[in-house]
Amino acid sequence: MLATAVIVFREVLEAALIIGIVLAATRGVAGRAMWVANGIAGGGAGAVVVAIFAGAIASAASGMGQEIFNALVLLIAVSMLGWHSIWMKRHGREMSISMKAVGQAVRGGAKPMYVLAVVVGLAVLREGAEVVLFLHGVAASGANGAGAIAAGGAVGLALGTAVGGLLYFGLLRIPSKYLFSVTGWLILLLAAGMAAQAAAFLVQADLLPALGDTLWDSSSLVSDGSLVGKSLHALVGYTARPSGIQLVFYAATIVAIVALMRLANRPHGAQRGTAASTS
Amino acid sequence: MNIPRPLAALLVALCIAGVVPAHAQDKDVFILTIKDHKFHPEELQVPAGKKIKLMVKNLDPTAEEFESHDLKREKIIAGNSEATLSIGPLKAGAYKFVGEYNEKTAKGRIVAK
Repeated sequence: MLATAVIVFREVLEAALIIGIVLAATRGVAGRAMWVANGIAGGGAGAVVVAIFAGAIASAASGMGQEIFNALVLLIAVSMLGWHSIWMKRHGREMSISMKAVGQAVRGGAKPMYVLAVVVGLAVLREGAEVVLFLHGVAASGANGAGAIAAGGAVGLALGTAVGGLLYFGLLRIPSKYLFSVTGWLILLLAAGMAAQAAAFLVQADLLPALGDTLWDSSSLVSDGSLVGKSLHALVGYTARPSGIQLVFYAATIVAIVALMRLANRPHGAQRGTAASTS
Repeated sequence: MNIPRPLAALLVALCIAGVVPAHAQDKDVFILTIKDHKFHPEELQVPAGKKIKLMVKNLDPTAEEFESHDLKREKIIAGNSEATLSIGPLKAGAYKFVGEYNEKTAKGRIVAK
């Protein structure tokens, strides 16, 4: 049961941390719990489908289907996070002035909550598929009873959720004046980390050159397998032995999103001119 | 929001270096087999400084996840199927790997020479 709990916890952790950030980033948004719940449910259902077709996905694209699928899922999430950052840049000022403005923006259909729901869904999809395959294997081996498997899975899920909850409540302690700029940075780093992860999958599939297999090795400091390493990996894309291409993807994602945010924030026309001059 | 200066410098450096290695030389294929949640062989010798292909054949009916932090590789291999990964070029040394779903028994290492 313990082994089951540990593995389920590891897989759940990444998704839980992402959900923690999304929930903090959408503080005060009406109906956000619904969106996030839908993301989780959709991702969970998708995970079962992906697990069932794992063999077919893997053998697609001459055996590199799994890498391409994972990279694609990650890159879609990156673009969703980027979109969110750009949107927040345009509307962030009103939000930090008044939390009410967020609610109004959502009622007006402006805040792209669906974008973050997709991010949540994709995170649950990727991690969930691994959990399903693992639990299926444990069940098929017959070494553990159904009760022990369910208990292990539940404990792992609860622990993962608890860590995500800690992050969320920790973030909420930040004064609301600064909350959105903190979550803004977190989302930017989240996107960069996912892009770097996608690059690693494409190297594994031999579709991208590694540009240096290991630029440095900080595994003696923080190993990839440790709880801290795993959390940092999920949050900011930490990896103890990054390849050159991962760094390129990481930096390029930050540069691209920040550039687009600046572009989006540039006052255009007379109506924005007055708003900009008062800031 | 400003781009941290070291990050920008790093990106520029990478662009200037333009280190694009000769791509896709002929690659050797090395085979690992999973049976009863164990890898065979548990130690696989491969040449250092060369890109290789690693084929993992899973003879068990259940899925396994080949995972190696040392190699930065993770791939799920469905039950009764096989999967191929591109690895390297590796520096000489030992690289540990595990089957994440059965970590107690499924472990081994790749030794690059």
